[in-house]
Amino acid sequence: MSANVLDEPELETEQKEATWTLNFGPQHPATHTTLRLILELDGERIVKAIPDIGYLHSGFEKLGEHLNFNQYVTIVDRKNYISPPMNEVAWHHAVEKALGVELTPRCQYIRVIIGELARISDHLLCTGAAALDLGAFTAFLFAFNLREQIYDVYEEMSGYRFHPGYTRVGGVLYDFNDKVLDKIRAVLESFPKVYSDMEKLLFRNRIFLDRVRGIGTLSKADAISLSATGPIARASGVAYDLRKDEPYLAYPEFDFEVPYATEGDCWARFIVRMEEMRQSHRILTQALAKLPGGPVNIPIAEKYPLPDKLTSYNSMEGLIQHFELIMPNRGMESPRDELYAAIESPNGELGYYLVTDGSQTAWRVRTRPPSFIHFQIFPHIIKDHMVADVVAILGSLSIIAAELDR
Amino acid sequence: MSTNVSTPKAPPHDETLATLAIFGDGVYSVASFRDNVRLYVPPARLVDVLLALKDRCGFALLSELGATDYLGYPGRTRSRFEVHYVLLNYDKAERIVVKVGLDDPDPTLPSVVSHWMGADWMEREVFDMYGIRFAGHPDLRRILMPEEFTSFPLRKDYPLRGRGERHNFRRLTRGES
Repeated sequence: MSANVLDEPELETEQKEATWTLNFGPQHPATHTTLRLILELDGERIVKAIPDIGYLHSGFEKLGEHLNFNQYVTIVDRKNYISPPMNEVAWHHAVEKALGVELTPRCQYIRVIIGELARISDHLLCTGAAALDLGAFTAFLFAFNLREQIYDVYEEMSGYRFHPGYTRVGGVLYDFNDKVLDKIRAVLESFPKVYSDMEKLLFRNRIFLDRVRGIGTLSKADAISLSATGPIARASGVAYDLRKDEPYLAYPEFDFEVPYATEGDCWARFIVRMEEMRQSHRILTQALAKLPGGPVNIPIAEKYPLPDKLTSYNSMEGLIQHFELIMPNRGMESPRDELYAAIESPNGELGYYLVTDGSQTAWRVRTRPPSFIHFQIFPHIIKDHMVADVVAILGSLSIIAAELDR
Repeated sequence: MSTNVSTPKAPPHDETLATLAIFGDGVYSVASFRDNVRLYVPPARLVDVLLALKDRCGFALLSELGATDYLGYPGRTRSRFEVHYVLLNYDKAERIVVKVGLDDPDPTLPSVVSHWMGADWMEREVFDMYGIRFAGHPDLRRILMPEEFTSFPLRKDYPLRGRGERHNFRRLTRGES
């Protein structure tokens, strides 16, 4: 597609003769998704890496200008499809901030719970799949077994396993029932065993450690300059977590810690992710114990939430509200303004720059995609490593191509 | 392996705005919405303001860079495009949005890649989607769209379903491939 990337006159002629070019991807088992790297090699040493992306570009930001605030939740699900609920929480966090909606305590807790489940699920996949690429197959199976249980929770709460589409402006699709809570408790019970198994399989595994320790070191100054956030920045010593430092939802009510490391290599990134899963488990345990009662959606008098079926069929207010939101020439009103709102997603800061024009459709939905910003770190830290390290570093950066290309 | 416990801080923008007073009147104007504070600056002073924020006010992280096309925005009187820079100060957990307006026919801004390496791909994406050029960018190519693409898809005058690029895409038969 972009053949001229290969023809770049980057190296001196004599040097060029000594190196050769290797094409990695876009279809390669270790890229997991569709991304392509053009590697300039001197023997097995990487002199230069040029990422070539855009294979999965689907115009999600353009679609955001044509779908209303509730419809777009199905699209944000498909950005980082490893942790869809976190994307939904991020999207409606931005919308509700723009509309000035204050959520009910129960809804805030429910969003924290689905977000933290998504974080565990994302980190399990990241660590598990990286281990798979580096030859530790068993840890991957343990991780996927637990992810399966988390999918069961999504299925029970929303009816969909993969893309729940669960949040709504001012609330969620359905309230949690006892079965959902039971399934979440089952996840929490299985977690410590899976965690200790994975920890033993990976961090006491000489081969794994040799392949991640000291590989792909990102210094703190570079992490800041390259706009790194989330576990990648925290592994390089930037101890900043939006849940603590710019709190949103009910996070101030929970007792948890922000793990960070200073090594900045692949090992640090994996160990920070592992520790974050334990902290998420702590938050989930507290959230389930303290889950408040009361309504989950904001009252329909606030003109934003879509009433549930029972309310719209059986009450006048519900029927009117349903009509007001659904009819094409009506819908909710938004201020004519713009803002940036971000949350801490498993991969880093996931933000939206939202411009609203008074209607129920955004004028502009700019996503700040952590995968996109983290993938540009790759050429900087892969330099002078071996070809085999590409897989370790890609795995530790956790690039999700659907979010990368949007 | 260590852990960090910090307490939430309220973001005070007053100190930042007081520091920015060195620029005098007329260089920037301030708007705010919810907890966001936006500075509108002219393209010629953009780098000065960004560097003052980075060096004097401690906004170390360029957390987001993007653009918006306001063609047909209700009640719009200012320029057609705006590029936004969201900066973050780690110590105060304070964010500030710097906005700069641009117009056709040749929207160009100075690049900030030499100050924040992270701006590299974000500026390329703005160029790819809006056709806004960044003077001094080391490698300003399309990033998401194919190189032979000629339009700028996130502009408001570009239709949602495209201009037939996908429909008219040349198909390879089995014999040709």
